Amino acid sequence: MRLALRIAVCVKQVPDPETPASAFKVDESVNRVVPAPGVPPVVNGFDLHAVEAALRIKDAGDAEVIVLAVGNDFVMDVMKKPLSMGADALVLAEDLVLDDLDAVSTVNVLAAMIEKSGPFDLILGGRQASDWDQAHVPLGLAEKLGLPCVTLARNIDPGDGVVRVERALTDGYQVVEAPVPVVITVSNELGEARYPTLRGIMAASRKQPERLTLDDLGLNAEALKPALTLRRLFIPESESQVELIEGEDEADAGRKLALRLRELNLI
Amino acid sequence: MAGILVFGEVQYGAISAVSGELLAAAGKLADEGVDGGISIAVMGDDLSGVTAAQAPGTDHVITISHPSLKDGGTGGYDAPLLAAAALAESISPDVILFAKSDFGAVVGPGLAFKLGVPVAQDCIDVAVESGTGRVTVTRPVFGGNALAVYGFDGDNVQITTIRPGVFDPIEGEGSGLIEEFDASGVVSGARTTLVETVVQESEGVRLEDADVIISGGRGVGGPEPFELLQELADILGGAVGASRAACDAGWVDHSYQIGLTGKSVKPTVYLSIGISGASQHMAGLSGARNIVAINKDGDANIFKSARFGVIGDWAKVLPSFTATVRDLAG
Repeated sequence: MRLALRIAVCVKQVPDPETPASAFKVDESVNRVVPAPGVPPVVNGFDLHAVEAALRIKDAGDAEVIVLAVGNDFVMDVMKKPLSMGADALVLAEDLVLDDLDAVSTVNVLAAMIEKSGPFDLILGGRQASDWDQAHVPLGLAEKLGLPCVTLARNIDPGDGVVRVERALTDGYQVVEAPVPVVITVSNELGEARYPTLRGIMAASRKQPERLTLDDLGLNAEALKPALTLRRLFIPESESQVELIEGEDEADAGRKLALRLRELNLI
Repeated sequence: MAGILVFGEVQYGAISAVSGELLAAAGKLADEGVDGGISIAVMGDDLSGVTAAQAPGTDHVITISHPSLKDGGTGGYDAPLLAAAALAESISPDVILFAKSDFGAVVGPGLAFKLGVPVAQDCIDVAVESGTGRVTVTRPVFGGNALAVYGFDGDNVQITTIRPGVFDPIEGEGSGLIEEFDASGVVSGARTTLVETVVQESEGVRLEDADVIISGGRGVGGPEPFELLQELADILGGAVGASRAACDAGWVDHSYQIGLTGKSVKPTVYLSIGISGASQHMAGLSGARNIVAINKDGDANIFKSARFGVIGDWAKVLPSFTATVRDLAG
């Protein structure tokens, strides 16, 4: 019998990426995104795929799934979603200075959390976060922890001391083997994340997250200086110049569209 | 040595088009004041087809050949990363450029963290800051809703990955020196192993190379309409693409996906059908010259970027469009 795997899943609370572009605002004087009023944040979508990957491993055998997050202003109903999907525990590092950290600092905090809550066999995360789209915290985490890394998993098959990962490519996939412990990023090709069940939601409501401070993690603000300097954040101007093609009916509009594109030698 | 080191990629045995885009970005930085020349490095298990002529604008073409760097080192992670780190430490460039590709999106940041320096991912512009001579980059953030400009302060090596399809590939023939870098000592320490690569390329024209793309989204409603899209693409000698929603729904394979986490394309005509145009999808279209939208929702975001549009039910618009195109094609 296989011993229980310990799986850490790193997740991030982000502004809802489905927020309509018209509600997306930036305060250019401080280079910050202004949260859209009335739109609650969400757990980053790719991170939910990572939670799903961990839960599939748990379904297939014995595993303990611990969700880790770094941030500020956590909305508990949002952050408990992985618990209601079936994760066992939630650990939060929450501090004012942890607001909108860059990737290097996030790596430093997550690495300290993993060392404190570990050891883990698998450390999972989404392929990228829908806010800053940097796609490199897990890679940094692997370097910081001295572990190998496999990215863009669409299937994870843990064996005895070795994990076999199907890695999504733009045209196909690769099969990669890595020794455990290993850091793995998960992509949407894995398949949809499960919906929380009512039972799961009830169970999650009774669980309280473990909360860690920078002191608990032995970190100070000095370790969290940004590595790159954000000089400017702005919404690019886009002037709509669409030429709408109309016709007697929709079929006629289709015909006229083809003629117009031909007229300009575009087709 | 200073200068710019480009990590290029090899496709069908030769230095790839996306590498030419990186050389264009490198050329821009050199023009703006990064001294020390431009080198390009490529990795693989068999680089016998790589020549200096394939890398215009470079002084050195550095090949790193090793069995564990098979398929350009995209899968193993550890082996290409160790090789990249060894080369970077050996030549100490001021700037290192990767493509944001299956290879560069992983090895670029991995290298930065290994060297303990910052990295800017998925950049659409690079520039040299007057005064400091340091690099600044522009990158889309929040799924393309905003642009961020970052500066590399200090004096560390500046590592950047460049979004494919944004820079026009540099043209001409290179005449630099070609030399082999021996990384066999370091790559043997790799912990991850590439077992196999399974290529599932869609038939016909590659999306990245297509001059015409017919693309379907959630609004087409199912897998069957993609046959109609394919029919039109065949007449026009183009390729079929899809939004992530259509791929996640299982209507077409993920190799069709265009957008932030899919492919970046640069067709002359991009005909989008039933695609709302979320910024994450538009992120793959930075290089598309004429976006044409058919969508029943006149408020859909796609019309903000489109040059031509029809507001209507695609199921009624597309058949007559295809029939007219067929007639015109004679």
